[in-house]
Amino acid sequence: MNKIAIAVTLVGALTLSACKKEAPADLPPPPQDQTAPTPTPPPQTGPVPGTQEHFTQQMQGRDTIYFDTDKFDIDAEDQAALRQQAQYLQQFANVRATVEGHADERGTREYNLALGERRANAAKNYLVSLGVPANRITVVSYGKERPVALGSNEQAWARNRRAVTIVLN
Amino acid sequence: MLLRSVLIAAALSLFAAPVAAQVAAPAVNPPATIVIPEDEGGLSGTVTDESAWQDLGIAIPAFATNRDGPTPANSQGTSALGVELARVIFGDLRNNGLFRPVGPDSLPRPSYPQITAPAWSTWQGRAAEMLVHGYVRAGDDDRLTVGCYLYDVQLQQELVREGWVVAPTDWRRAAHKCADLVYSRLSGESPFFDSKIAYIAETGPKDNRVKRLAIMDSDGANHRFITNGQATALTPRYSPDYSKIAYVSYLNGYARIYVYDIGTGRQTLVTESPNPTFAPRWSPDGRRLLYSMAVGGNTDIYSVSAAGGGSPQRLTDAPGIDVGGSYSPDGSRIVFESDRSGNQQIYVMNVDGSNQRRISFFGGRAATPEWSPRGDQIAFTHIAGDLRIAVMSPNGGGLRHLTDSWQDEAPTWAPNGRIVQFFRTQRNSGETSIWQVDLTGRNERRLATPVGASDPAWGPVLP
Repeated sequence: MNKIAIAVTLVGALTLSACKKEAPADLPPPPQDQTAPTPTPPPQTGPVPGTQEHFTQQMQGRDTIYFDTDKFDIDAEDQAALRQQAQYLQQFANVRATVEGHADERGTREYNLALGERRANAAKNYLVSLGVPANRITVVSYGKERPVALGSNEQAWARNRRAVTIVLN
Repeated sequence: MLLRSVLIAAALSLFAAPVAAQVAAPAVNPPATIVIPEDEGGLSGTVTDESAWQDLGIAIPAFATNRDGPTPANSQGTSALGVELARVIFGDLRNNGLFRPVGPDSLPRPSYPQITAPAWSTWQGRAAEMLVHGYVRAGDDDRLTVGCYLYDVQLQQELVREGWVVAPTDWRRAAHKCADLVYSRLSGESPFFDSKIAYIAETGPKDNRVKRLAIMDSDGANHRFITNGQATALTPRYSPDYSKIAYVSYLNGYARIYVYDIGTGRQTLVTESPNPTFAPRWSPDGRRLLYSMAVGGNTDIYSVSAAGGGSPQRLTDAPGIDVGGSYSPDGSRIVFESDRSGNQQIYVMNVDGSNQRRISFFGGRAATPEWSPRGDQIAFTHIAGDLRIAVMSPNGGGLRHLTDSWQDEAPTWAPNGRIVQFFRTQRNSGETSIWQVDLTGRNERRLATPVGASDPAWGPVLP
């Protein structure tokens, strides 16, 4: 399980960079900014703590967890990512979060809406089990409506079967 | 403004009552040789599909008019409108696998008196077995009277006739009614051309798709966007009387079913709930709506009064995803989709939720079931590698695939249960288009839409 999950993440990273080279123009999807955490300037110039920008910087990709086809279980790698998310949410106790659930394109629309909801809830439930108050987390499913990887292949589908945590304040 | 005029047209069309078709034909039979030379053309010119069983030749020359006068329906007058009427009928009758129609652009034009007294020799010489004649007259109130006649050329006999009075904006409906008359008389099937389709118009790149609610006639004409695309719209369904459309919108950030009233342009939530609602479905009598609602990741199917008020009735309670649903034509049963067995399969239950049982047992996953208006078939998406449109009987037997493409999904039935419409997604680009196929699976064609198109929902035949 662990190995598979890692492989998926690596492939995802490769696909992303490949995409960027080919077609930088039509890439950027709204919520996630891709600004890689540049190692150079540390504290003062960085994003304001508790903001979405700060959260994605701190998570370094662990704001997103990935699922197998038709599955919604939280594996060990997902647990590690969610632990880190939970720590952040506990550190900034006034921050609220939304978990967005997604499915790949190889399913029917309505089932995928339900499946995305199920994945988002699985992530939320794990965060709650780690002590994050349930009333601070909302969920929304986009089904197959908002892919981040645009190809029609196993790598792209693996990247799109995901639950993404967004912080709001 | 466009919206208003279309709305008025829709309202007026309700008064398009059939009238007895009668032509004040002169007593004298005119000579049978009147031909407009520039309209002449061969019969085979427009036939593309030569399947052996598509052998019933139907000639559809331009409709005649008693007097070429002005009409709001056509800037060039009623004579030009007569050509357009025949073109619409020709467009309806081709591509459905039953007929080999020839349209007005390659046929001589009959005179007004010939509508009730066809020039038989002209048509016998053209290998047309059937002949459609018609006329259009503009009244003083601008309303149009359209007569439609079907003749058997061999027998030199009238088979059926009917006429309609329509508002000028509804002239295409008269043509569809005529095509329905011909189709029904010759095939023995129920009519379906005079009907409408709600769907989702798609534009923009795959990762930022704009999805708008839109409607059109069954042949793609009278197209109209209803929502502006600011909120993603999904899975519309026309109410059986065409007065409303239930659909899913992310209007307030979350998926919720809204019921859009076409007359007033207002929309209401189908149910007040903090949970997402999706997959709206009307009962055949329009009184109830099915919807699916996810609570804590578990999705179930509910039924609620379409008029509002009353508490929702929960129909499923299995752990997992129970979603969608489609009423049997008599309203007594519901076919739906559930993954309670581990993956998507198709189930049937009574309308109160009792007696739930699985009917799909042929491998792969089975999704989006839609009960045929005739009651004898269930169309669905079969997921086994690719996504394909298939049909089966209501007991789960007789599986037949109607399409074979990379991704075809979400079938919707023609009102007569002989044709299935669905949408097709292109690999990689994600571009979508609406297609239809008949129950033989042999006659498949794409519908012309202004932009990308998905989630078609075919309504009943208009009154």
